[in-house]
Amino acid sequence: MDDVELRELVPRVLSVLVRRGADFATAEDAVQEALIRALAAWGEELPADPTGWLITVAWRAFLDMTRSSAARRERELRFDTEPPAGAIPSADDTLRLYFLCAHPDLTSSSAVALTLRAVGGLTTRQIAQAYLVPEPTMAQRISRAKRTVSGAGVDRPGDVNTVMRVLYLVFNEGYSGDVDLAAEAIRLTRQLSGLVDDPEVQGLLALMLLHHARRRSRTRPDGSIVVLADQDRRQWDAALIAEGVGIVQAALARDQLGEYQAQAAIAALHADAPRVEETDWVQIVEWYDELLRFADTPIVRLNRAVAVGEADGAPAGLAALAEVDEHVPRREAVAAYLHERNGDLELAARLYASAARNAPNLAERDHQTRQAARLNQHLQHHR
Amino acid sequence: MAKYLLLKHYRGAPAAVNNVPMDQWKPDEVEAHIQYMNDFATRLESSGEFIDGQALSPDGVWVRYDGEGRPPVTDGPFAETKDLIAGWMVIDVDSYERAIELAGELSAAPGAGGRPIHEWLEVRPFLAPPPNFTH
Repeated sequence: MDDVELRELVPRVLSVLVRRGADFATAEDAVQEALIRALAAWGEELPADPTGWLITVAWRAFLDMTRSSAARRERELRFDTEPPAGAIPSADDTLRLYFLCAHPDLTSSSAVALTLRAVGGLTTRQIAQAYLVPEPTMAQRISRAKRTVSGAGVDRPGDVNTVMRVLYLVFNEGYSGDVDLAAEAIRLTRQLSGLVDDPEVQGLLALMLLHHARRRSRTRPDGSIVVLADQDRRQWDAALIAEGVGIVQAALARDQLGEYQAQAAIAALHADAPRVEETDWVQIVEWYDELLRFADTPIVRLNRAVAVGEADGAPAGLAALAEVDEHVPRREAVAAYLHERNGDLELAARLYASAARNAPNLAERDHQTRQAARLNQHLQHHR
Repeated sequence: MAKYLLLKHYRGAPAAVNNVPMDQWKPDEVEAHIQYMNDFATRLESSGEFIDGQALSPDGVWVRYDGEGRPPVTDGPFAETKDLIAGWMVIDVDSYERAIELAGELSAAPGAGGRPIHEWLEVRPFLAPPPNFTH
C-alpha cells in the first residue's frame, strides 16, 4: 500500500471516530497519530483490514489523548475503552467531513489547510512546504481552524459549492515542495464525485483533468512559460483528456449547466484541437457567453476577449477588451497580444513592457519582457 | 557565519553603468540575463550560503493608524521620487568580504549588448543575536 492509498482511508477513519462521539479536533490528531504508526508498522506486513487497523489504533490514540487531558483537568473518563461494535464507515460521513473542512466560517486559507490534513491525510509539514510557510505557522492555522469548526458538528448540512471552491483553490496552487497539490486536488475531487451526485462536481473534476493533462507542456525545464499556441500537443496526456472529455460530456447531458461545466467545456475544446489552427474558437466564444451567465467576472470577460480575437479577428477582440475592467490583472498582456495581431507593433511593444512591470509573478514578468524585446528588435530592423 | 541582506532597487539606487531598460535588450540578451540569475541562485544554494530570495511588485502604498474605530489611512501609489525596493536575497556567509564578493557577482549580471549591468546593490548586515558566551 503506497502513501496515497493509505491517505485514501483517512476521511473514513476520521468520520468513524467522530460518529463514535469523539470531538473533531482530538479525533483528527488521533488519526494523524495512527497514520504515522501505520507508516512504521505496515512496512513489514500489511494488516488484513487496513481500515479496521487504523480505526482501532486511532481510537486508542484518541483515548490516550482524552485521558491525559482529562487527567490534567481531573475529570472522569467519558469514553469506554473498547470501541462500540458496528461502526461502519459510510459515504455520508465522509461527505460531512468535506463540508466541515470547507465550513463557511473558515477563511479560504484555513479551509484549504484543514481539508488537506483531515480529508487528504497530508501532514502539517507537507502542507507547510507546499504553501511555502513555516511549519509552526501552518500548525497554528490548522489548530485554529479545528477550533472554529469543532462547535459546528458534522450533522449540519453542508454546501457542496464551498467544498468545490476549496478544491479549486488547492488545484490552482500547483506544485511546490514534495506534494503535487494539483494531483491531490484531483484525487479529492474524484473522491467527492463518488459521494455526491452533482454535475458541477463532475464539471470541476473534468476541468482539473483537462488542465492537468497539459501540465508537461506549459513550462520549459527552466520554469519559463509556454503559451497555449506554442505548446507541444504531443506532450498532452491523451488518457487524462479522454477521461475529462467523457466526464464533462456526461455532465452536460444532464442539462444543469454551471460555471465549472462551462469552463470544462472550454478546456475540452482546446484539448480537442490537434493543432492550434484547428481550435474551434467560435464555439469557445459561445461557451464564454454561457460562463458569463454564472460568473460574470472581469477575468472571464478578459479571457472571452482573447477568444473573440481569435474567432472574429483582432479588431473584434479589441472591441471586446474595451468592455473589460481596466484594473483586472493581465489586461495589458492581452491588449499587447491583440494590438500585435492587429499590426500596431509599437503600441504592442509598449504594452508588453508595461505588462512585464505589472506582472503578478516572475515567470510572467520574464515572459512579457521577452515579448517586448522580440517586438523591439523587430521594429529596429524594419525602421 | 553572518547574515546579509542584498537589496535590489527599482528606483533610488545610483544609476547602473549599462543602464538600458530590459525590454530594449535583444531577446538573446534577455535569455542570458535570466540564465545568469538562475545560475547564481542555484550556486548559492549548493554552497550552503542561500537563505531566502524574494521579488517585490512595484505596487505599494503607505499605511498608518488613524485612531480608534477608524480604518487605517492609506496614501499611494508611491510618488515617483520614492526609493523603491525590487527584491532581496538573504545570504549567510563567513565574512563581510564574501558578502561583498557575492553582491559584486550579482551586479555583473549581463544586460544590453551582453555586457555587465554594473547595477548598484545595497548590502546590509543583519544585527546578530547576542553571543552565548561573553568574556
